[in-house]
Amino acid sequence: MTIDLILQKKNGEAPPPLEPLIYDLGAPGRIGVNLPDPDVPEAELPADLLRATLDLPEVSEMDVVRHFVRLSHLNYSIDTGFYPLGSCTMKYNPKLNEDMARLPGFAEIHPLQDPASVQGALAMMYTLQSWLAEISGMQAVSLQPAAGAQGEFAGILMIRAYHLANGEAHRTKIIVPDSAHGTNPATTAMAGLEVVEIPSDANGDVDLDKLREVCGEDVAGMMITVPNTLGVFEAHIKEIVDIIHGCGGLMYMDGANMNAMMGVAKPADLGFDVMHYNLHKTFSTPHGGGGPGSGPVAVNEKLADFLPGPIVTIIDEGSDEEPPLYGLTMPDKSIGRLKAFYGNFGMLVRAFAYIAVYGGAGLHAVTKHAVLNANYIRARLKGVYPMPFDRICGHEFVCEGHWPDAEGIHALDISKRLMDYDFHPPTNYFPLIVPEALLIEPTETESKEACDAFVEAMLAIAQEARENPDLLHDAPHKTPVGRVDDVRAAKQLVLCCRPVLDPEA
Amino acid sequence: MADWKTLENAKYTENDEWILVEGDTAKIGLTDYAQDQLSDIVFVDLPEVGDSVTKGEAFATVESVKAASDVYAPASGTIVAVNSALDDAPEQINSDPYGAGWMIQIKLSDPNDLKDLLDAAAYAKHAEARG
Repeated sequence: MTIDLILQKKNGEAPPPLEPLIYDLGAPGRIGVNLPDPDVPEAELPADLLRATLDLPEVSEMDVVRHFVRLSHLNYSIDTGFYPLGSCTMKYNPKLNEDMARLPGFAEIHPLQDPASVQGALAMMYTLQSWLAEISGMQAVSLQPAAGAQGEFAGILMIRAYHLANGEAHRTKIIVPDSAHGTNPATTAMAGLEVVEIPSDANGDVDLDKLREVCGEDVAGMMITVPNTLGVFEAHIKEIVDIIHGCGGLMYMDGANMNAMMGVAKPADLGFDVMHYNLHKTFSTPHGGGGPGSGPVAVNEKLADFLPGPIVTIIDEGSDEEPPLYGLTMPDKSIGRLKAFYGNFGMLVRAFAYIAVYGGAGLHAVTKHAVLNANYIRARLKGVYPMPFDRICGHEFVCEGHWPDAEGIHALDISKRLMDYDFHPPTNYFPLIVPEALLIEPTETESKEACDAFVEAMLAIAQEARENPDLLHDAPHKTPVGRVDDVRAAKQLVLCCRPVLDPEA
Repeated sequence: MADWKTLENAKYTENDEWILVEGDTAKIGLTDYAQDQLSDIVFVDLPEVGDSVTKGEAFATVESVKAASDVYAPASGTIVAVNSALDDAPEQINSDPYGAGWMIQIKLSDPNDLKDLLDAAAYAKHAEARG
């Protein structure tokens, strides 16, 4: 059984499964639903598409419901506890957003409907486009990308298309700092361009001398996260932008960390030409196993014609009596579609609801509280956990999970032990340039009491690391599943709940 | 803290690769420090015999439970042997980085490539400084 396989064996014996496989529930012949007799003639299926047996669970509706509800009780989620997973912005997802997404006018429409019959949905998308343009200071927005990485891909394709349109096919290099999200170099490679990695300096900022060295007429642009992945605001962002623009490149902002900027600074004002949002982070749409992402791209006037489409535009301005008519159009030199239809629509509704509820002043306050919470926890942990960059942080900060006097303790042990204190662990081992990194992002939705409780747990664990290191090495102790053997899980990938039948048999 | 080792006669890059010259060929692998930092290695993507490698450019990828990392060639040359045992047992890089964990063997195209590499003492100092 899958769970047996990945659990570390204690005393040579695999622990019993926490929950049987659905195939081990039920009984032969048991069914969940009775289908009515067909009211149309039965069609004959081609014999080669038929099979004699089908290996499906034989369970009642109640068997299924109880099985999955029991499994859900094993979950940890933002609705059950503090989730300081750095870089992921696991803020609370207001339930109002769920109500809005379930309104029939949003939930029960079809993407192939005549646009005239879904004007409300299109008006919502149009308004969201304009809000995202305002928050970024950019000129135009496409809601198409399905998630952040696809937003990056769209951004780099637009940069490439812009250079090609200007007859500059020789611009093939994208500069990426060594602290970047792994998706940045991956995006560049996917777009067929070349990654040039540049190091960070001792303060966690981009090394400007190295940047000047690599900046030349073969540079297409630079991708950078603001605040960067170490949680610190690039102190020289203006110089960086000027250096890249000075050699003819464009600036891409990875908007993963907008929760530290929204309502306070506009990427376009910093000089960026293109950016993506992570609606699922900044604007509280469910993610992390809870839902799809959404990664709209925002661009200035240089790139507006290249946006992926379709985007929502006003076809007819209307009048005092008639509302405007919204339609779906492709920008003139569009890089094309990135996915079927119009982005992850349900996420757009939720983000729209979030922005509508907060308003401009509210989003500004969100950012301030996110930054305050992160700095509060950082200040309380300082002196106990090593901090590679001792400076005011954005909405998250990085510390190191190891000590000279606690030999054999790694960041992973601290994270596993945190689970015993009923906290979701922070992000481990990212950014890659910090040894034993623990990236902590509390978000603005946590109270001071929640931040304090987390700090107390972290301080207690730091003490345990010296006094009883095995408590950490063997953690977690209080969770339904103990320490998993992630080496074995990585090498013996079992993704199916049932052994795959030999297709040849 | 330093419980990792170096190999006395090898040369090193600042990116934590070692190269050991044996006649007109050289073996290349990851250092003990690098495997310690990466922790348990679960997958290695190796090039093929006959491929050429260029000094400073990636020739392989190693994936640990922590991260995936490129491995860079300390010198240019043509690959004459690949340690295919790592396909099934990548953990040999963890257990024996300078022995059974070697990655490729190349025929050097220019012995001068080795000149700017670190010796064992200099590399140990470089690794120690990073903690």
